[in-house]
Amino acid sequence: MKRAARFFIFYAGLFGLWTLLAELKIWPPYLFPPPWSVGQALYEGFKDHTYWIAIYVSMQRVLIGYLISVVLGMVLGLGVASNKFLEETMGGLLVSLQSLPSICWWPLALLWFGLNQNAILFVVIMGSLLSVTLAMEDGRKQMPKIFGMAGRNLGASGFKLFWYVLLPASLPFIVSGLKQGWAFAWRSLITAEMLYLSLGLGQVLMMGRDLNDMSAVLAVMILIIAIGYVVDGLVFKSMERRLQHKWGLTSAS
Amino acid sequence: MSTNTHDFSSQLPIPGDYAEPVLVPARTDVKRTGKNPLTSVLPAHTFAPQASKVGLKDICLSYKTQTGERLLALDHINLQVKPGEFVCIVGPSGCGKSTLLHLIAGLHQQTSGQVLVDGRPVQGTGTDRILIFQEHGLFPWLKVGENVEFGMKMKGVSKAEREEKTAYYLRLVHLGKFKDSYIHQLSGGMRQRVAIARALATEPDVLLMDEPFAALDAQTRDLLHDELERIWSETGRTIIFVTHNVREAIRLGDRVVLLTFRPGRVKSEFPVDLPRPRVLEDVDVARAAREILDELREEINRSLEAEYNVGTKPRVEVGA
Repeated sequence: MKRAARFFIFYAGLFGLWTLLAELKIWPPYLFPPPWSVGQALYEGFKDHTYWIAIYVSMQRVLIGYLISVVLGMVLGLGVASNKFLEETMGGLLVSLQSLPSICWWPLALLWFGLNQNAILFVVIMGSLLSVTLAMEDGRKQMPKIFGMAGRNLGASGFKLFWYVLLPASLPFIVSGLKQGWAFAWRSLITAEMLYLSLGLGQVLMMGRDLNDMSAVLAVMILIIAIGYVVDGLVFKSMERRLQHKWGLTSAS
Repeated sequence: MSTNTHDFSSQLPIPGDYAEPVLVPARTDVKRTGKNPLTSVLPAHTFAPQASKVGLKDICLSYKTQTGERLLALDHINLQVKPGEFVCIVGPSGCGKSTLLHLIAGLHQQTSGQVLVDGRPVQGTGTDRILIFQEHGLFPWLKVGENVEFGMKMKGVSKAEREEKTAYYLRLVHLGKFKDSYIHQLSGGMRQRVAIARALATEPDVLLMDEPFAALDAQTRDLLHDELERIWSETGRTIIFVTHNVREAIRLGDRVVLLTFRPGRVKSEFPVDLPRPRVLEDVDVARAAREILDELREEINRSLEAEYNVGTKPRVEVGA
């Protein structure tokens, strides 16, 4: 109850401040539109299906890219964590690669794949792969050794050991990395989409700029934030809650 | 050590050439609990008394320390464990007694020597030997029942059979109502009982127990001693039980094996002929413990010297 009240007060204040600044007309409305004109833009964007299509296209891309990087990242991370040679060589490379903004892969992707869907996917994968890999490596190392021993002792080996023991055992340690990977994937996608006619949210955002339509720009920005928030809440928060319930961890917010 | 002599020839159909005086007395005493395991256990002892279930032949284990020198952890360990026997291994911390169990389980590889099960050398892990850890090692992402059926699932046992056996083994450890609980919802003693059920559910011939009750409070431990003894007599498994607690070893074991401090060697073996069920506080148990403790104390002092670089030997009272 109290939390909801604080929540409400904060956003009402933000809304009020925005309205006030817009009404004072310090900046012209085409640079600083009032909230309702952004609301209007949102309404129209959904009504003519532009936003629905954009959300659909973007979500499809980010899901495919993210899933690929989760699978690849787990394999890579597990390899790096369990092989001393890989750890010494590739471990450092992975950390240093993380300092490279994912959009830096865009020119390379364009030359390799051409101006198409695959180039965007490549950037999304490169954006989130490292987070997932490093999280998996870390999770595999943090995971208590006893689980692996108990699993082997009870007759699990190879893929069964990974799937039924190592993966679930490391999940609490990698869930924050998976979450970070998702955030990076989402960001990389929007960035890449802004660079070419892609139908996605990124392109719709740029279209607002091209049409000098600040309300549309803000509307799409709000959409991008909202989708990120909803996925975080629906997927990762519930995953964390389930883990906490099963493992009996005290809820850390 | 006092020996109880029993005359079995009048009670049991033992063949004439049978000559195995040590094992059977312990077994008949189990009768006192009201359950008779003899029918299920006897044939193995009776007709193949010489065959050992687990044999350790000249086991050596050495490993590199961080400073690069080689450390000998286990030094020519020889041990024969008969089918259905309950052997306790005691020794000071750092004598490699847990490592020995890991070798038998196939989780580690010895440097030289052989681990034999039914006369065959051990190659890696196998569900005929299940290890129970001190920190239970249950899977917190699975419910109690799912933990118990895990080994069977890995083996590819059908779902119906898994469910039936899971229910059976959970009932055996008196946890029938906790099938759908998560591990963190159970007390320490209950967790250890789940670990025992999980181990038994794969139907291993040999149970390896690595200080399974060390982290429990005294009352819980007493209860679990009773339960383990009951389960052992009902299922006829061979148990190798590692502990640092001499009284616990005498409470449970048919035989107590004492290891030396680093490198671990078999220092001596003590057959325990006291009638079962034994009570930790019994005078007989205390007297038997005394004998072992005297020898163990030397090893503990050696371990203290090594670990704290103590020049003079400190007096150590070993509490059971």
